[in-house]
Amino acid sequence: MTAAQPVPTSAVLTAPGAATPTALAPRRTAASRAGRSRGWKNTAWVLFFLLPSAVPLVAFTLIPMVTSAWISLHKWNLISAMEFVGLDNYTKLLSDPGTRRVFGHTLLYIAGYLPLVYVGGLVLAMALNQAFRGRSFFRAAYFLPVVTSWVVVALVWQWLLNPKNGLVNQVLAVFHLPQPGWWTDPTWAMPSVIVASAWKDLGFVMVILLAGLQAIPADVQEAARIDGANAWQRFRRITLPLLSPSTFFVLVISLINGFQVFDQVYVMTGGGPAGSSQVVVGQIYDLTFRYGRAGEASALSWLLFILILAITALQLRGQRRWVTHA
Amino acid sequence: MLFPFLWTVITSITPDGTLAGGPTLVVDNPTLEAYTTLFASMPMWRIVANSFGIAIASTVLQMITGSMAAYAFGRLEFRGKNVLFGLYLATLMVPLQVLVVPLFIEMTKLHVQDTYFALLAPSIAAAFGIFLLKQAVEGVPRELDEAATIDGAGHLRIFTSIVLPLIRPALATLAVFAFMGSWNSFLWPLVAIRSPELMTLPLGLSTLQGQFTTQWNVVMAGSVVSILPIAVVYLFAQKYIIAGMAHTGLK
Repeated sequence: MTAAQPVPTSAVLTAPGAATPTALAPRRTAASRAGRSRGWKNTAWVLFFLLPSAVPLVAFTLIPMVTSAWISLHKWNLISAMEFVGLDNYTKLLSDPGTRRVFGHTLLYIAGYLPLVYVGGLVLAMALNQAFRGRSFFRAAYFLPVVTSWVVVALVWQWLLNPKNGLVNQVLAVFHLPQPGWWTDPTWAMPSVIVASAWKDLGFVMVILLAGLQAIPADVQEAARIDGANAWQRFRRITLPLLSPSTFFVLVISLINGFQVFDQVYVMTGGGPAGSSQVVVGQIYDLTFRYGRAGEASALSWLLFILILAITALQLRGQRRWVTHA
Repeated sequence: MLFPFLWTVITSITPDGTLAGGPTLVVDNPTLEAYTTLFASMPMWRIVANSFGIAIASTVLQMITGSMAAYAFGRLEFRGKNVLFGLYLATLMVPLQVLVVPLFIEMTKLHVQDTYFALLAPSIAAAFGIFLLKQAVEGVPRELDEAATIDGAGHLRIFTSIVLPLIRPALATLAVFAFMGSWNSFLWPLVAIRSPELMTLPLGLSTLQGQFTTQWNVVMAGSVVSILPIAVVYLFAQKYIIAGMAHTGLK
């Protein structure tokens, strides 16, 4: 669960339920003693190999999931007795302008973040796909932010974008440009978070697109060149379509991550100023641990989960239209 | 791209007073005083040790639980296998945020909130690793098992002496992702932990930011302490990370 967020979904994407054909039917008819003892032995082995993962998964994923759905139907402040309210939490959230606001901020985040990481990652991947000295150094350098914790990245950017003496504003001052308050200014708080996030994730997108670029056969590009296609035409007609599976993957992952944005917001702006950068997960956290409204928080997390699931499903369905498999 | 990191290091060795005039790239008289302040004001060694302990424990546990489950799904035949595997995969799709509140309550009920166990619990087993390793187990030729069976080897023997050695690249990939995930995780520790002596690095850093709002050199010294180990881990594991991307079919 704490594993790097982007990867799990890839697993789902590559093989949804692509498991092996059904297991052998248990030998119930041949009730020979040997057969039965083999059956018991097999069950024992299955339990031996599966229990170490099944117990924690049930205890720390499945049970919490069910509990969360149950809590979402109650009014509860984490301390006093739970009070059953049915779907009240959901209807309340759906009619609350605050909910629309935090979803709006989350969508704004995604709208700014997605084009930045995709275009940035694509440019980097194309550049680092060329042969030149020190290429592996650059590949490592661009990947370093990916392995760094959000807390560090957010702190560093909070410092770079410091309104008083941050480097960005110092540079702007040299050119006599206006120096916004960045994360202390309601207008600029979200863009500040977006820039920091894009910087961190650029390396991840780059690596995926790089893998995609390397899978494009060189002779295809060569043939197009001989046919007189210029660089732009080759990019537009060959590279982009053949890169569409990787692009699809990046989009799915980035959207899921975008909806779950929290760490960087929590550290950089805390959702402020005046709630101007509050996102859905931030709201879930605040509702629970600041305002003691656990029922509403659980309902909100289910709304988010359902939305993510729906969008992912839509993307999976839509991929036929534009994703070309070489 | 590396510039913010470079700047982090530079800021961390800048004497406190000179930061007021704005950050510089050239430090006249570099000093380690920020590091001294850092280690004096927080149980930093303890925090670093916590992060290492939890990251290593969750990595090892995920490798054990994951490889065993992968063997069951990849090699054993039993009823309802596909349904069960589907359920495992479904846990991948649940965002941590949905689980945070009930997990917190569960830990309170079990009286293990604010303990190392609470920190570790959600990452004892992860479906991502199980999926990754199952693919690898299925890549191991069955003829090898059959030959071993004829020689009288049981499941345990086949698992430990044939399958495990042959899925080492996948295990290494899982190790890298599990370590990274634990080292950087923030939301769950933020909820699960109150005691300063149980803090992990991301938590410690965000606390530090609150304590030293004006002393950025101290905050940046903390950042350096937190980046260094993961950078080293990454440098050693770099080839496995790229291999891991290929493993999951990202081409």
